[in-house]
Amino acid sequence: MLRFIISRLLQAIPVIFIVITATFFLVRAAPGGPFDAEKVVLPEVKRALEAQYKLDLPLHEQYFAYLSDLAQGELGPSFKYPGRSVNEILFSGLPVTAELGFYALLIALVIGVTAGVFASLKPNTRQDYIPMGLAMIGICMPSFLLGPLLVLVFGIYLEWLPISGWGSIPGDKILPSITLGAAYAAYVARLSRAGMLEILSQDYIRTARAKGLPEWLVVGKHALRGGLIPVVAFLGPAFAGLLAGSFVVETIFQIPGLGRFYVQAAFNRDYTMILGTTVFLSSLIVLFNLVSDVAAAWLNPRLRSQLSGGSQ
Amino acid sequence: MSLLTVNNLEVSFVTRNGTQKAVKGVSFTVETQQITAIIGESGSGKSVSCYALLGLIPSPPGRIDGGVANFKGQNLLTLSEAELRKIRGSDIAMIFQDPMTCLNPYLTIGEQLIEPLRIHRNLSRADAKLRAVELLDEVGIRSPESTFDSFPHEFSGGMRQRVMIAMALINEPRLLIADEPTTALDVTIQAQILRLIADLQKHRDIGVLFISHDLAVVSDIADQIVVMEQGEVVESGSPDAIFNHAQHPYTQKLLAAIPSGERESSDSKKDVLINIRNLRTWFQPSGKADPVKAVDDVSFDIHRGEILGLVGESGSGKSTLGRSIMRLAPITSGQVTFDGTPLTGLEGRKLKDFRSRMQMIFQDPFASLNPRMTVYDTLAEPLLLHGICQRSNLDQHIAKLMDDVGLARNFIRKYPHEFSGGQRQRIAIGRALATRPEFIVADEPVSALDVTIQAQILDLLMDLGREHNLTMLFVSHDMAVIRHIADRILVMYQGKIVESGPVKQVFNHPEMPYTQSLLASIPGAATSVPYVGL
Repeated sequence: MLRFIISRLLQAIPVIFIVITATFFLVRAAPGGPFDAEKVVLPEVKRALEAQYKLDLPLHEQYFAYLSDLAQGELGPSFKYPGRSVNEILFSGLPVTAELGFYALLIALVIGVTAGVFASLKPNTRQDYIPMGLAMIGICMPSFLLGPLLVLVFGIYLEWLPISGWGSIPGDKILPSITLGAAYAAYVARLSRAGMLEILSQDYIRTARAKGLPEWLVVGKHALRGGLIPVVAFLGPAFAGLLAGSFVVETIFQIPGLGRFYVQAAFNRDYTMILGTTVFLSSLIVLFNLVSDVAAAWLNPRLRSQLSGGSQ
Repeated sequence: MSLLTVNNLEVSFVTRNGTQKAVKGVSFTVETQQITAIIGESGSGKSVSCYALLGLIPSPPGRIDGGVANFKGQNLLTLSEAELRKIRGSDIAMIFQDPMTCLNPYLTIGEQLIEPLRIHRNLSRADAKLRAVELLDEVGIRSPESTFDSFPHEFSGGMRQRVMIAMALINEPRLLIADEPTTALDVTIQAQILRLIADLQKHRDIGVLFISHDLAVVSDIADQIVVMEQGEVVESGSPDAIFNHAQHPYTQKLLAAIPSGERESSDSKKDVLINIRNLRTWFQPSGKADPVKAVDDVSFDIHRGEILGLVGESGSGKSTLGRSIMRLAPITSGQVTFDGTPLTGLEGRKLKDFRSRMQMIFQDPFASLNPRMTVYDTLAEPLLLHGICQRSNLDQHIAKLMDDVGLARNFIRKYPHEFSGGQRQRIAIGRALATRPEFIVADEPVSALDVTIQAQILDLLMDLGREHNLTMLFVSHDMAVIRHIADRILVMYQGKIVESGPVKQVFNHPEMPYTQSLLASIPGAATSVPYVGL
């Protein structure tokens, strides 16, 4: 098992390296620079700024300087927020985004798995079509549409829930979490339905019924475990996607998370900020993919013995 | 009074395309301490009849239209799902065909074993475990204590079937329904499982309903045989009556389809087409484990125009040997010479040219044909690839192939899923013949087929062999089939050839103990049913 994890981590190094390199040159290839938007900048001030941030060096030297900083865990100073390093900004935004992502994922799992399993028990009946139809809508509905809709209904007409903020008024975390989690709930529903349908048609389910097991045990004990493996494998990419994709929701609900910095950094040509966020998120994506792969393998006894046995 | 009396059972399947009657007025009885066997080919309704008794057919589309099934004074067919659930796994237990797929791979053997005890008898976990270990021991599982916490994938097929049997018997059922319990197993294992079922049934005072497609299998153990065809019982009676005085033409056809007798093999000296010397195919598993010696130092000749039978159980290396000769499996060391040319050294284009001279037929005609290609495309591909014919006369060649393998020409634009298993195997044979090969490796070509279809395909292969002067390596686990078709036999065990010789010699005077045990496991060998005329 350990060998599997280590080899996967080693494979991740070239992936992240390519991401860094591509991002580094792409942001510099984009027109404009970090200080072009300043209204009045004296040429000598601009030169001084550029020297301070090493922007006057040839491109390849900038690149190697960045890599050597990165190797020491240093993401560099932000161009747009003088005096603050990218590390600081990331770690101030991360807890909020992570919390939002976690709630969204929780919603996705609870609603998605319930709906998917429910639908799989009576395929091609109303019990199947209704949740799956809703899931299709959930997938098609972008969060910048769903968010304002929820705000209109629950915040403005019904006045049940606060419409913005994060952690200042009780209940203000509900709407953003639902907005972010809805699409993922829909994916999870479809995955669990497909997984359960596959498992429910297996011979060993018939064996379980032949033993006289009540239906809830057949489904809950014999089918669920195998049926949800695709969902577990999806969780890693899903959580990474939630973190990276939270900027729309964060913008709608005025949440001080990571996503907003990311988008603003792109507009501001805040090179180090863009790079830092990208490196950070891509590392998370690789890590979460690994975790969910290991978890999915762990759920399958055959793979588990292969991974831990090594020689088998 | 009989343990189970089924009268006029009717089951149909209601689909969008209409209602299809699967079981039409079937009646039979099962007595305590006896085995009733239901025989029929796939689609005959034999399994559906038995599943319907326990409410195990999926509904919809399944629907029970009528009939009575009396078991311990109640009619099973009118019981509610909750009442049936109380009977399933306690009074009536089932064993299924494929032990590989019938045990839950995510739960330990022990957990699955104790379930019926926990549900039906409310036993504590510890008590249930005691009982389960006892029963595992009884069905012949070694060190049952430690196997209790193993997962199904850690067992062989025969062992899993023993676990299934233990699981079925754990609540002391009065009736055991066994649905093709040995079909997926090797012959020697099949013999052991059959003996186990017969023994258990005698000691435990239970009745058995044994479903099978194979008359030979049940000949040793059945007290009553019920023959089904297309949802109807066509004949029933004692084994003696069925085997010696079959009345119905279908029963006679089934009996005739059992592979029997030997070929008239001409002993005239023939030249060697393929020469195999010290062939080894080893697979290196990841890590530093010892290599798996699938084929280990094997030498033999294949003569031009002969059918050489290669028998062995699963894991003996017989399929790997066939693939190695075709260069479809990597050869570790050794020499394969085809008509004077060493195949082992051929690479790239030269190997491809040789491929047209050797072809392969696979076991599963469902999996080995591309579902997205019509018969026409499947047959045209090798013809064009190897330059056998031009596009202009392609249609003629394909029509000729269809005639050769006995398929109607108007099937040509159909896809594999529109054909039955036997027809698909004909397509696969046609594909193999397309390049006009001299040598064919047939890897269990009839194992997935019903008996009557099996007989047809064997006849086809023999006819084609004669007609095209083919040389064939016929790989099978089934001694009766090999005996029917082969001129000579190789017996393979753990990667080595342990015995070889002409069919008559090996069958009548087997020298190695392993060959003797293989022959003894042929179903029907123990009794004097007429077709075993050694």
